[in-house]
Amino acid sequence: MTKAEFLGQLRGRLFGLPPMEIEERLMFYSEMIEDRIEEGLSEEEAVAEVGNIDDIVHQIISEIPLSRIIRGNTAPRHKFKGWEIALLILGAPLWIPLVIAAFAVVLSLYITLWALVISLFAVVLALALAAVCSIPAAVFYARAGDIAGVVFFIGCSLACTGMTILFAIISVLAAKGAAKLAQKIMSSIKSAYIGKEGA
Amino acid sequence: MDIQIKRGLLDVCVLAAVKGNDTYGYQIIKDLRPCVELSESTLYTILKRLEAGGMITVYSVEHEGRLRKYYHLTDKGNERITAFRREWQEVLAIYNYIKGKDGDHD
Repeated sequence: MTKAEFLGQLRGRLFGLPPMEIEERLMFYSEMIEDRIEEGLSEEEAVAEVGNIDDIVHQIISEIPLSRIIRGNTAPRHKFKGWEIALLILGAPLWIPLVIAAFAVVLSLYITLWALVISLFAVVLALALAAVCSIPAAVFYARAGDIAGVVFFIGCSLACTGMTILFAIISVLAAKGAAKLAQKIMSSIKSAYIGKEGA
Repeated sequence: MDIQIKRGLLDVCVLAAVKGNDTYGYQIIKDLRPCVELSESTLYTILKRLEAGGMITVYSVEHEGRLRKYYHLTDKGNERITAFRREWQEVLAIYNYIKGKDGDHD
């Protein structure tokens, strides 16, 4: 591989990083290759010694914080022209509600998710309460001498205890699932930025 | 080696390479070769970190019709090397303790 090919490929693979950062890195690698050639290596050998592009890109991406990747991607690539600014202002009644709606959709997804989890836990609480309250009820019927009532409320208490345990397990699983799903939503939002790097 | 320890060691290693005469990237890699094999990307990250921390300064010099970046050790960088040598006495004491304990079981 020639030096020009190496730098060209590296530039392509780093697309998405802040332009200044890319230029500085390319200059650094260019200098490294030149210095090796000056020492007597051929261009091919010098490029090979500097390293494998995959490894270089992997190392660069793993070292750069996500915030800098996002900043590099969201910064405008060119200055806004007059008519673009005019269009932005004129289009505001359209795009501002759209942006708000997008945020609202994501927010409502989150709220729905956690509302489900909270309602499951509410069921657990209600069942546990019923299980506990059935005991005084059974005592009340025992004092009145009503055996059928006692058996009924002890049965209720046992059934509610069982269901409490069952629903508690389901609720915990649901909460874990919701946390995972929330994380997935967040990471898919992030990868919308990082994904561009491979281009 | 533990990544944090290695990072700290390499930083001082590069500072030491810059100490004395101002030097450039490839020269640093060559100077350090007998003790550690540094990749270009690793060196780049270290130099950036040292520059941001005010330990080194960078300037460009024209060489053979192209620009070459030279690195210069600042007072702060020099202090870092001195501090490292002081800290190393503590590390050495810990090392000797660990070695002594480990030797007990051999």
